[in-house]
Amino acid sequence: MNRLLSLCITVLAGLLLLYGVEEFPRWGDPQQPANVHVSPRYIEKTLPETGVPNAVTSVLADYRGYDTMFETSVIFTAGVAVMMLLRRSRGKKS
Amino acid sequence: MVRNLDDLIVRTCSRIMVPFLQIYSLYVYVHGHTSPGGGFQGGCIMAASFILLAVAYDIGEAKRRFSERLNALFCCLGVFIYAGTGAVSLIFSDNFLDYSAWRHILPAGPVMARYYGIAMIELGVEITVMAVMVSIFLDLVTAGEQEAVLERNHD
Amino acid sequence: MIEYLLVKHSYWFYIAMIMVGFYGMMAKNNLMKKLIGMNIFQWSIILYYISIGSKKGGTLPVVITGQAARAADYINPLPHVLMLTAIVVGVATTGIALALLVILYRKYGTLEEDEIIKAIKQ
Repeated sequence: MNRLLSLCITVLAGLLLLYGVEEFPRWGDPQQPANVHVSPRYIEKTLPETGVPNAVTSVLADYRGYDTMFETSVIFTAGVAVMMLLRRSRGKKS
Repeated sequence: MVRNLDDLIVRTCSRIMVPFLQIYSLYVYVHGHTSPGGGFQGGCIMAASFILLAVAYDIGEAKRRFSERLNALFCCLGVFIYAGTGAVSLIFSDNFLDYSAWRHILPAGPVMARYYGIAMIELGVEITVMAVMVSIFLDLVTAGEQEAVLERNHD
Repeated sequence: MIEYLLVKHSYWFYIAMIMVGFYGMMAKNNLMKKLIGMNIFQWSIILYYISIGSKKGGTLPVVITGQAARAADYINPLPHVLMLTAIVVGVATTGIALALLVILYRKYGTLEEDEIIKAIKQ
């Protein structure tokens, strides 16, 4: 019963998303809204301003360096959380 | 429950592959400026070299080369390098994380100072990612009781 | 209708993968299988985002030195950057979820959802 209900909900959600695909732009269109606003500036200015030819690295580390710093702290927090959850010290065995 | 895998082929091949994995991870990190790569990718490959040792041999093999204390130290060192590189810019009254302030320390122009600043922060990212991946793996595999597993496997 | 079928067929694959992950999260009884469903969901979203940045006739976003860069020759680097962060956050989430599963198993001895709920209610 649970599986039948889940299957119906899943198929319904899938059909809804398929109906929304009609509004999407063509795959590989250079003029779609994602490729137009700020990323041409990043591609054109990456070599004169930072000296790094790889646009992905210069955007990740220089233009959006603040996000990368907090992401590094997120993975550090995950390591600490797993340590806190799982490690048991020697003296107190319950 | 950690079993000992006693296969000759697996042990020999992993022993040959581990130094090449580590050099490859440093290669991927250093070439992050001119080809796909960078800090995250290099850190994952370096963590994979330690995890290969732990899987093919004993947990103790990985821990002898990378103890728990060093692991915790490296976790913090990477974030410290990253934030420190940004904080040096504050000393020279520039914006935070503006790497062109490093031109007062390094003998380079404002454009090449950003180049070197990117290399420095990618080092911090690589160290943190490597240490955290190895730490999470060892914690999950031994279910937290790392010393007890080592004692049991030595008897 | 013909354009809809021929031009946007790659989006159907992403939607199929989203639905597979969604069904796995809802319908399965074992907690580990729910976690794998969540992982499939997340990776399919990352795949969809990266596919936004493709351009017809574009190459890797590594600018060739020695000539001025035109934006139409290189694919969009911005979705790749944002998805690097998303991948790392996914790894963190999966690691902590696995640690919680270890603690649950240690306490209740099973990973089936209905048995755990029955054991909690007692």
